[in-house]
Amino acid sequence: MTEPTTTGRRAEQGVAVRLTDLRRTYAGVNALDAFSLDLAPGEFVALLGPSGCGKTTALRCLAGLEDPDSGTVTVGGRDVTGIPTSKRDMGMVFQAYSLFPHMTARQNVEFGLQLRRQPAERRRRRAEEMIELVGLSPHIDKYAHQMSGGQQQRVALARALAIEPQVLLLDEPLSALDAKVRVQLRDEIRRIQLDVGTTTLFVTHDQEEALAVADRVGVMRSGHLQQIAPPQELYSAPVNDFVADFVGVTNRLRGAVSDGSAQVLGGAVALLPGSATSGEVVVLVRPEHVTVQPAPDGGGNAAVVSASFLGAHGRVIAAADTGDQVTVQVAASAVGGFPPGTRVVLTPTGEPALAVSAD
Amino acid sequence: MSSGQRARFRRKQAILRRVVVTVVMIFFLVPLYAMFDYTTRDLASGGRSMRTWKTLLDFGKVSEQYPDLRTGFIASVLLAVLTVAIMLVLLVPTMTWVRLRLPGLSRIVEFICLLPLTVPAIVLVVGLTPIYAWVTYLLGGATVWLCFAYVILVLPYAYRALDAGLRAIDVRTLSEAARSLGASWLTVMWRIVLPNLRTAVLSASFLAVALTLGEFTIANLFSRTNLQVAMYLLGKSDAQISVAVGLLALVFAFVVLFAMSFVGSGRAGTSAFARLRHHRKETA
Repeated sequence: MTEPTTTGRRAEQGVAVRLTDLRRTYAGVNALDAFSLDLAPGEFVALLGPSGCGKTTALRCLAGLEDPDSGTVTVGGRDVTGIPTSKRDMGMVFQAYSLFPHMTARQNVEFGLQLRRQPAERRRRRAEEMIELVGLSPHIDKYAHQMSGGQQQRVALARALAIEPQVLLLDEPLSALDAKVRVQLRDEIRRIQLDVGTTTLFVTHDQEEALAVADRVGVMRSGHLQQIAPPQELYSAPVNDFVADFVGVTNRLRGAVSDGSAQVLGGAVALLPGSATSGEVVVLVRPEHVTVQPAPDGGGNAAVVSASFLGAHGRVIAAADTGDQVTVQVAASAVGGFPPGTRVVLTPTGEPALAVSAD
Repeated sequence: MSSGQRARFRRKQAILRRVVVTVVMIFFLVPLYAMFDYTTRDLASGGRSMRTWKTLLDFGKVSEQYPDLRTGFIASVLLAVLTVAIMLVLLVPTMTWVRLRLPGLSRIVEFICLLPLTVPAIVLVVGLTPIYAWVTYLLGGATVWLCFAYVILVLPYAYRALDAGLRAIDVRTLSEAARSLGASWLTVMWRIVLPNLRTAVLSASFLAVALTLGEFTIANLFSRTNLQVAMYLLGKSDAQISVAVGLLALVFAFVVLFAMSFVGSGRAGTSAFARLRHHRKETA
């Protein structure tokens, strides 16, 4: 996972972005509802959320492709609300392949520079630099249909960056690519963003992508920002059960709160700020925060339902005697030790978790 | 299927293709040959003569002997150019804008554009008569002003051709990408949308030219002289010249179609010429 760092150099190159109290309604449905977001200069922020949560609308409002019903968009201290897209100086990479089909990769990258009336020699040099930056120099004179999806998105990234935009907007640019290319390209995007230092807003529904590349990740639901935090904080200290459920895998374990901790699976779990403080609760515990041991005498507190090998690690799903189904992350080599039906002892490691009222 | 069976299947398919092409060629070429045959007959002696073609290829002589034909030809060419220009200026931005910003209106625009298909030319003329009274009052009674009526006539065909072209590309994403790079709407239309609609625009233009060059009813009912009206009038006095002009018009249409299939390409690097070059390289 990339460390959430904002270097001095990046801060110099990037600009601050502020979305304030944006509202946008489509046919009576709130796509954005009092949505506010700040991006520091040079920061890489990812917006994460399910389909229809408003993340793309927020990005399009920043790009000027949508007009908010109310609220303001400020870039580098300048209010750009109502300014057309073409005058906002933002580079954008789209979910759909967006290279101009009648132009080569070079011509695509030069397009924005031509519009800025840059001299031919400078345009040519800049296009070659940018294409080299995304590792496609041998493909510089190819048309879109002669390139793979990953290559097309790389050229689109080069095209967006060639104009040295104030802000880089990435609207699910990896979602049409296959798994391996996605991972390669997301790492490349992060490398390039760190290199050029452009303030970047990245919209995705893939939590792994967001956690892997962003300085901060914002989780959205129904037009609201639920939480925005560095990836590690978002994962380990979600502010509500939606964030906990959406980011990573979460066990919902029934328990009771007493003396500032929750009792689940026969152990105590410290509570995160914002947790329910009394009564019956559901505690949201990560799979890696529960241990599983075979019960030697057939006792224990759960029975194994299934065990799966997932490559780097394994997963055991057990039915607890309390009625909860518990997913536990185990070492890949340990998977064979948990055939279905085996009685096991599940124990929480005690890592702080969020507890929400059981009602 | 074994490789032998596949080879036999491919051979059968190739033969079938050739048979179909031959039948189609005969269907089209026999009437053309019959027209040519008729124009080369010496009706007095019963032999062969190229008199008709020699006359027709001498523009000065045509102008002198058949002034109506000359007038009709020039009017039809002007009409074709004006009709294509107005149709493109009207339809391309409208359809693109509707697709981008007003998708809810697409059904209405489609309905309006297809409406002329359902209206017989004679009804159209009755409806257009009062409007053309104003056109004549404001612009004069020249044949070229029939272009406004012809734009209505070609709307359904041009709409279909352009609609197919717009469906084939992601106009929204392309235009948003161009806008984000700093392009104005005019630049988006000129440098992004139009080049990618080249084939569709050519198809629509060709259909408009073909329809305009072949239109008779409206021009005749409005008492204007275009090529078809001139040919009709000429047919009463010199049928051979009339048929020869008809044959030339048909051949011209074929040539345009043929040229279109070579010049028009869906995307850069995939025109028929490019494919031919590629094929030659592959087989070399």
